[in-house]
Amino acid sequence: MLTTEQPESRGRTRFILKKMLGSLLTLVFVLVFNFVLFRIVQSDPIGSLFRGRNVPAAKIADLRTAFGLDESLWVQFWAYVRQTFQLNFGISYQSRQPVWNEIVSAIPATVALVGISAVLSALIGTVGGVIAAWRRNTWKDHAITSGTMVFYSMPDFWLGMILLVGFAVVLGWFPVGGMTDAGTSATGVALLLDRIHHIFLPALTLTLAYLGEYALVTRSSLLDVMGEDYLTVARAKGLRDVVVRNKHAVPNALLPVVTLTAINFGFVLSGAIAVEAVFSWPGLGKATADAIRGPDLPMLQGLFLLFSAAVIFFNLLADIAYAWLDPRVEGA
Amino acid sequence: MTSLAMQRRRATARRVLTQFRNSRPGVIGFAVLLVFVIVALAAPLLADVRELNPVFARAQGNPQWAAPGTFGVLGTDHLRRSVWVQFVWGSRVSLFVGLAATVLTISIGSVVGIISGFVGGRIDSVLMRITEWFLVIPFLPLAIVLASILGRNVWNIILVIGVTSWPSTARLLRAQVLTVKQRLFVDRSRSLGAGNAHLVARHILPNVSGLILANATLAVPISILTETTLSFLGLGDPSSASWGKTLEEAFVNGAMVRNAWWYFLPAGVGILAVVLAFTLIGRTLEEIADPRLGQAR
Repeated sequence: MLTTEQPESRGRTRFILKKMLGSLLTLVFVLVFNFVLFRIVQSDPIGSLFRGRNVPAAKIADLRTAFGLDESLWVQFWAYVRQTFQLNFGISYQSRQPVWNEIVSAIPATVALVGISAVLSALIGTVGGVIAAWRRNTWKDHAITSGTMVFYSMPDFWLGMILLVGFAVVLGWFPVGGMTDAGTSATGVALLLDRIHHIFLPALTLTLAYLGEYALVTRSSLLDVMGEDYLTVARAKGLRDVVVRNKHAVPNALLPVVTLTAINFGFVLSGAIAVEAVFSWPGLGKATADAIRGPDLPMLQGLFLLFSAAVIFFNLLADIAYAWLDPRVEGA
Repeated sequence: MTSLAMQRRRATARRVLTQFRNSRPGVIGFAVLLVFVIVALAAPLLADVRELNPVFARAQGNPQWAAPGTFGVLGTDHLRRSVWVQFVWGSRVSLFVGLAATVLTISIGSVVGIISGFVGGRIDSVLMRITEWFLVIPFLPLAIVLASILGRNVWNIILVIGVTSWPSTARLLRAQVLTVKQRLFVDRSRSLGAGNAHLVARHILPNVSGLILANATLAVPISILTETTLSFLGLGDPSSASWGKTLEEAFVNGAMVRNAWWYFLPAGVGILAVVLAFTLIGRTLEEIADPRLGQAR
C-alpha cells in the first residue's frame, strides 16, 4: 500500500510545484510587461496629465521629480518592483489618493456582484447544459442551446442597458444605479434589502451573459461521455435514467466545467467593466471605466496588475484542482 | 501542383460546399451576414453620410430626440442626427474593424502556431511560453490599457485586438500541425528531398487551412464584440462611428433615462445579428472540418 502510494503523491507534489514556479515566472513577466507598457510607450505622462493646457515649466519639472521620471530606466524599474511589493502603486491622477486605497475600496463591490453572477451562471448553465445534452435534439435542447447562444452573442453591457430601461426606467421596479439609495441611513436587514434591490439587475445581466459558455461546454462534454460503455453497463444493470445521469454520466463530464469555472473566477475581478459602468456599480470595473476617461494611468496600471494577478492565481488553482480530480494529469 | 492533387482539392471544395448547404444553421448565418455585407457596401446609396454631421442635421431642420415614425425610420438623437444613417454607416466600421482585426489575429496566431509545431525544440518551447503568458493576461484590460496608450483611431483598435487575441489560434494550430507532421506523406516528401519551405507550403498549410478558416470565422465575433466594448468605454475612433460608438453616445447622453430605445436598440441588434451569423457559420465549418464534432453537438 505504502509503496504504491508514495511515488504517486510525490508526482503530484512535483506537478504542483512546477505549476507554482510557472505562475511565479508569469507574474514576473506581467511585472516587466506592465512596466514597459507604461514607462516606455507612454513617454510623457505629465503632458497627458494636463492634456495640452498651459502649465509653467517649473511645475512640470517638479512633477517629473515627484513621479521619479528623471531617473534612468533601470532605477525606475527597480523602484517600480520594490514599490509594487510594498503595494505602492502611486497616486491617482484623478482623485489624488493612493491608487492602492482606491482599488481596495472598490474590491468588495466587484467581488459581491461578479461573485454572485459567476456562481449563479455556473450552476444554472451547467444544469441547462445537462438537460440539453440528455434530451438532445428535443425542443428543450433547441430552446436551451439557441437561447444561451443569443445571450452569448450580445454585448453584455447592451443587455444591461435594455434591462435597465425596461425594469428600472419604464417599470420602476429597480433603482437605476449605485449600490444603495442615496443618503440612506438604513442598517441591518433594511440595508441588506436595499443592497439586494440594487444588485439585482446588474447581477441578472452578468448571469445571463455568462450562462451560455457553461451550458455549451457542459453539453458537449456530456455528449462526449454519453457514448461510453460504462453508461450502457449502468443501464444494463437496470438503473433508473436519473441515476445513470446523475451518478454515472455527469460526474465524468464535469472536468472541463471545473476548469472553466476556475478560469472564469480569475476573470471575476476584471469581468464586468462595461456592465459596472452601465449600472454605476462602484467596483473595479467602474473604476477602470472612469480611469480610461482621464486617462488616469497610475490607476489603470494598478488595476491591470491586479486583474492579471487574479487570473494567474486562479489558473494555478485550476491546475491544482485538475491534478486532484484527474489522476492522469500527473504525467503531464 | 499535379493535376491529380488539383482534382482532389476541387472535390474537397465541392464536398464542403454541399455539406454547408445542407446545414440549416450555416445557411441562416450566411444569409444574415449577406444582408449586412450588402448594407455596409451600399451605405452611400442607403443613407446620406452628411446626416452624420450635427451641423448639417440642424440645418436640415431635424427634430431632437424624435421617435421612429415621427422622423425617418429610426428617429433622431440628441444632436438631431438620423439613427438610421448612423446604423447604416456604423455597420461599415464594425464589420471592417471586426474583419481586419481577425485577419491580424489569425496571421499572428497561424505563423506562431505553425512555426512552433513544425520546427519544435527550443523555439517551440519559447514560443509556447510567450503564448501562455499572453493567455493569462486578462484580454479586455490589456486591450483597454493598449488602446488608452496608443490613442483613439480605427487602426489602433485593430492592432490592439490583433495583438491581444492571437494566443488561442496559435495553440490550436500548433496541435494540428503536430498531428499532420506525423503523417506518412510528410516523411515521404522529406525523404524525396523536400525542404522545409516546400513541406510547409505544400503539405502542412493545405492540411490546416480548413481549421484556419473555421477558427477565423469564430474569431470575428470576438473581434466585433471587443471593438464594441472598447468603443463603449470611450476608446473608439471619434471620427468614424461604429455601432459601439453609437451605444456609447446613447449611454453618455442619457438615452436610457429618456427611454429613447430607438437610439440604442438598432446598433445592439446589428451587433447581435452579425455575431450570431459568424458563430453559426464558424460552427458549421468546424463540424465539416472535424466530423466527430458534428455528432457531439
